[in-house]
Amino acid sequence: MKYQYFPGCSLKGTGRAYEESFLAVFRALGVEVKELEDWNCCGATAYMSVDETKSYALAGRNLAIAGRENSDVIAPCSACYLVLNKTMKGIQEHPELRGKVTRALKAAGLDYSDKVKVRHPLDVLVNDIGLEKIKKHVKNPLTGMKLAAYYGCQVVRPFATFDDQHNPLTMDKLIEASGAECVTWPLKTHCCGGSLTGTVTEAGLRMVYIILSEAKKRGAQAIVTPCPLCQFNLDGYQDQVASAYERVDIPVLYFTQVIGLAMGLSPRELGIKRGIASAKELMAGR
Amino acid sequence: MPLERKVKYENECDKEFADWVTSQTGGENLRHCIQCGICSAACPLSLYMDYTPRRLINLARAGFKKEVLSSLTIWLCASCYACRVECPKEIQITDIMYLLKRKAIEEGVYPRRFPIPVLAREFGRMVFMFGRVNETLLVTDLFLRTNWFKFLSMTGLGLNLIRTGRMSYLPEHIKNRGQLRKIMNAIDTEAKKGETK
Repeated sequence: MKYQYFPGCSLKGTGRAYEESFLAVFRALGVEVKELEDWNCCGATAYMSVDETKSYALAGRNLAIAGRENSDVIAPCSACYLVLNKTMKGIQEHPELRGKVTRALKAAGLDYSDKVKVRHPLDVLVNDIGLEKIKKHVKNPLTGMKLAAYYGCQVVRPFATFDDQHNPLTMDKLIEASGAECVTWPLKTHCCGGSLTGTVTEAGLRMVYIILSEAKKRGAQAIVTPCPLCQFNLDGYQDQVASAYERVDIPVLYFTQVIGLAMGLSPRELGIKRGIASAKELMAGR
Repeated sequence: MPLERKVKYENECDKEFADWVTSQTGGENLRHCIQCGICSAACPLSLYMDYTPRRLINLARAGFKKEVLSSLTIWLCASCYACRVECPKEIQITDIMYLLKRKAIEEGVYPRRFPIPVLAREFGRMVFMFGRVNETLLVTDLFLRTNWFKFLSMTGLGLNLIRTGRMSYLPEHIKNRGQLRKIMNAIDTEAKKGETK
C-alpha cells in the first residue's frame, strides 16, 4: 500500500503533533506515505470568501501535482480534505469553471487531473488497512480509558462518503480497537467554532465551552479528534473558557496519538507533550 | 427622533440581485426554499446572527441586497455545513454564504473593522504571496489591523504555543512561487478579457 500525503499548513504549524503521530502510526503499520511535492495551501474556508475561481485553481494545483502519480492522496486536516474534494466536485459539475481552472493551470505548465482520490486517514485506516490488522499491532491496549470521539464538522459534512453525517463511527471503532472506551455523547459533529475563536471570541468560546463541558460531564478523560483546528480550539482556549465560563480541564488528543499509544509507540514520538492541556494524569501509569 | 419606515415596498427591492444569486455556483436552488427553518435550528451560530439563515435566504431571494450584504450573518457562518446537510430542499446554504461574502467584499459593504472579512482578505494575500499560510503570522497581522487590545489578551495562548513547540516564526513558502503567480495571473487576464467583450 502506497499513498501520497497532503499535510496542509496546520500540520506543519500548530498541528504538528498530528503530523508526527500520523506518520509514526502509518510507518509502524508498514504503509508507505510520501509527501506531495511542493504542495500549496488548500485555501481553507477563508479563500472561498475572496475569489471563487482562484480558490478552485489554488486547490487545483495540488490535484494536478498529485495526478502525476497513481496513488490516493491522504489529507488528514478536515479543511484540506473538504476543500480538495469540494474542488473536484465543483469542477466536475460546472463545465465553465472547469474551463477556467484547466486553462489557468495549463498557463503554468500543469495538467488538471480528475482521477485523483482524496481520502481521510480515518477512511484509509478503517477501510484499506482494516481494524483487524490494527488490532494485531496493539501492544498496550488502553484498557479503562474513557474517551469522547469528537469528529468536528468538516470531516463528514458535506462530502464525506466513508462515514455517517449524523452519527459517524469510524473513529469510535479505532478507539475501541485501541482498547479504550467511547463515551456516548451528542456532540460528535457539533462545530467547534472554527476561526471564530480568534475573530468573534465570545461566539467561539461559547462553542468550545459547550463541547468541553459536555465531554467532561459524560465522563470522558480526554477528547479525541481528527481535525487540527478542532484540536487547537479545544486545547488552546481552556484558559479563556475558564475566565468566561468555568474551568474545564481535559486533554485533547488526535486519534492517531491514541492508536499510536496503543501500538506501543512512545509518547514523545507521538507529540503527546505538545498538548497545552496536560495529558499527565491520563498517561499516569502507562 | 425621525421615523423610518421598516417595511420595504416590492418596487424598492433589487430583483436583479436575487437573479444574480441564483445564477452563481451554489445559488441555483435558492428559490426552492420552503422557509421551514431547519437551517436556523441546525446552525450553531444563529443565536448571534442579525438575520437567522432562514430569514437571510428569504431576504436574498426577495432582493433585499443592502440588508443581506451588510449583515453579520454571512460573516458569522463558520462553514460547518450543518444547514446544508439538513435542508430538505438541498439548498447549498454554505455556498450561498460564500458567494454573498465575495459580493460584500467586492462592493466594500462589509462591516468595518469586523475581523472576519479582514481575515479572509489577509489570508488570500498571504496565500498568493507564499503559497502557504503561517497561522501565527496571520493571526498577529489580523489583530494588529483590527484590535490591538485583543492581541494582548492572546499572549497567554502565544506563550503556551511556544512552550509546546507549536509556534512557527518564519513564513512558510512553496518552492515554485512563480508557478502559482502564473496561475493567478492567467485567471485575472481571462476575467479582464471577459469584461471587455
